[in-house]
Amino acid sequence: MPEPRRASLPPLLWPLAALALLLCFNFLFTPGFFSVEFRDGRLVGTLIDILNHSSKVAIVAVGMTLVIATGGVDLSVGAVVAICGAVAATLAQRAPMPVIVLAALGAGLAAGLCNGLLVTRLRLQPIVATLVLMVAGRGVAQLITDGLIITFERPALVAVANRSLLALPIPVWIAVGIAALAAAFTRRTAAGMLIEAVGDNDRACRYSGVNESRLRLGVYAFCGLCAGVAGLIECSYIKAADANNAGLFLELDAILAAIIGGTALAGGRFSIAGSLTGALLIQALTKTMYMHDVSADVAPLPKGLAVLAVCILQAPRVKTSLARWAGGRA
Amino acid sequence: MPADSPLLSVRSLSKRFGAVVALDSIDLDVSPGSIHALMGENGAGKSTLIRCLMGAVRRDGGTVLFEGTACDPASPRHAEAAGLSTVFQEVGLIPHMSVAENITLGRESRRWGLIDRREARARARRALARLGLTIDVDQELGGCSIALQQLVAIARALDVSARLLILDEPTSSLDRRETAELFAVLRRLRDEGVGIIFVTHFLEQVYQLCDRITVLRDGAHVVTRDTRDLPRPQLIAAMLGRTPAAPGASVTSAAPADAAPLLRATGLRRRESIEHADLTIPRGAAVGLAGLLGSGRSELARMLFGIDRPQGGRIELNGETFSPRSPRDAIARGIALTPENRKSDGIVPNLSVRENIVLALQARRGVLRSLSRREQDAIADEFIARLGIKTPHREAPISTLSGGNQQKALLARWLAANPALLILDEPTRGIDIGAKQEIESLIRGLINGGAGVLFISSELSELVRACSRIVVLKDRRTIGELRAPGLSEEHILEAIAAHA
Repeated sequence: MPEPRRASLPPLLWPLAALALLLCFNFLFTPGFFSVEFRDGRLVGTLIDILNHSSKVAIVAVGMTLVIATGGVDLSVGAVVAICGAVAATLAQRAPMPVIVLAALGAGLAAGLCNGLLVTRLRLQPIVATLVLMVAGRGVAQLITDGLIITFERPALVAVANRSLLALPIPVWIAVGIAALAAAFTRRTAAGMLIEAVGDNDRACRYSGVNESRLRLGVYAFCGLCAGVAGLIECSYIKAADANNAGLFLELDAILAAIIGGTALAGGRFSIAGSLTGALLIQALTKTMYMHDVSADVAPLPKGLAVLAVCILQAPRVKTSLARWAGGRA
Repeated sequence: MPADSPLLSVRSLSKRFGAVVALDSIDLDVSPGSIHALMGENGAGKSTLIRCLMGAVRRDGGTVLFEGTACDPASPRHAEAAGLSTVFQEVGLIPHMSVAENITLGRESRRWGLIDRREARARARRALARLGLTIDVDQELGGCSIALQQLVAIARALDVSARLLILDEPTSSLDRRETAELFAVLRRLRDEGVGIIFVTHFLEQVYQLCDRITVLRDGAHVVTRDTRDLPRPQLIAAMLGRTPAAPGASVTSAAPADAAPLLRATGLRRRESIEHADLTIPRGAAVGLAGLLGSGRSELARMLFGIDRPQGGRIELNGETFSPRSPRDAIARGIALTPENRKSDGIVPNLSVRENIVLALQARRGVLRSLSRREQDAIADEFIARLGIKTPHREAPISTLSGGNQQKALLARWLAANPALLILDEPTRGIDIGAKQEIESLIRGLINGGAGVLFISSELSELVRACSRIVVLKDRRTIGELRAPGLSEEHILEAIAAHA
């Protein structure tokens, strides 16, 4: 059979175009934006900063993408980051490194399972089920840290977010690794197709024998695990656990990244590469405004407008007319 | 107004939707103080007629006289103000508001611009009293039984002093006792001079309650007669568009026991769905389920497939007790179902034809034992060719296909999983003749391979061609089984009509 003519433009087109546009702007108007130096065995420069600082959102966005693809959402990731950071920081001075990592990731996994059980067993709406932990999670983190900001001096733990490997900061490699693992798992096994099917028509899936409860439980658990990784990176970066501010509004950035990347909030088709692009775009935008001395208080406005533009371009209605326009010219 | 002049008089009412004629020159007269049954199968035009009368859609032609004056409501609100009121099957009230608020909603009595709650309660009590009900009007509606909610909906209609009440399948979620209570209320209203149009699928209820019957079929008026002049066989024949046979054909009311059937269900029941069902499906045979709309065909299929759990009776599969808790359980034992509602329960619209075809097989293998892309392509291509699925490519989203081709893809989904029992719920609805014939030949192929098929269809000719036995359902009960030879559409009609 011949390959079909594309019914729509490739989904990655708009987020990539927006990123390119932003880079063009910086090339023209932001001196030094593209300068990258090789210093002490690592690359240094604005672009590397963007990569480094977007890795946290990127990691959480990978998990979020799969949750959104099933038609759900996970609002608790920011709070889970705080919990996992608190766990890692309290163990920082007394436990061996593998125990610290496993405990932090275990906390994230447990939080994700808890969300998943609320959604699959009690059939709560995902937004409500994860709101519970979003609100309660910071309290849990406070309990773990006794209401204090816990600082630590554990070189191995500090290294996670502050050292480089093969010239790039370690968080970048972690983000790439998690995204590659998730992409490979969902596309090499049947998980990706079944997740998309559940998000698209869960009743038809149930009537076809798809174990949709287990799939949903799995994606929430994975999303919690991703938040655990992000929590570890954040607490390593600031060498402390701050139950109030760790991962604050991270859930919103992760949802934004997924939406910018072309995953519909209603569920169905998803794109992990798209979400990574989304995370990069958000961070590049933030950095651009920072470098143009836009006050941090005003910064969310242009950020919101840029997101709005990408989302409008991806609206089904705009998309089909654009595709028709492109088809007519091709 | 003299009793013999009609309350409502409809003449040559027509309605088209695009190129489709939904109603073609319908006549209908409803007298005050009478209950008039409006009957017909799916797509006969009952709902469209009601919506035209209520002003929810505008008619294209014809006249409607209500109490002798021309009536052309622009919206249901106008119709209500004129004295026509409709109670829909889905009650359409607001569950978290009180009974009194629901009855007066949108027409609240006001005092100094504020809602007068005391007056609202009094009005609600008056309306309910006409139905012979004294209940607490302050209780939340959602806490009442469905039957009581129906009555509240009727009370709401009466509160606008409706002289014509239209009831659209009011009894479909009521049990026998509740139905009897509703009928008592309706008779009371009739005796007060209210005209009632009663839409239902339950034959017996028509004969219990209604004075006159009008039958629509495919948007056209078929017959209007007094109930006593329209015996059951003629009524069914009018609804289905066939002539009933002379009596004398054999109907075995109790099927003889098979040596080792694939599936045997005895005494299945579930509230609001099936009152009593017996069914035996042998290996390598197709069993048809016949019955009018609302007789419980799909409901029975849902129980066998584990979607609904029976509240009584038992199912045996291969001689062992089988009580599926979910479709997954049923599928694990080799049962498959193509649902009646293809769009909401069958297709996964944005996924490709390939993904839709391999879905059930992949679901059974689990996430990790995934079919390689090459295997998926091979399966998809095989079934696209074998079933003649017309699609530009196996990667086209299934929602872009025509209904018949979507149905074939759903059949392919199950054929790929090689089921022991395939339940087909209205597989041929809305698809063209060629596709129908292909589906019938697929059923024969499955049977020859030793599988069992349960075939649900409103088209009796199809059942007769494809099945060696036909189980007849009526008013949520299995009433008998017909066996080849001697299967004919006429025998099925007669079986439905004969059983009172």
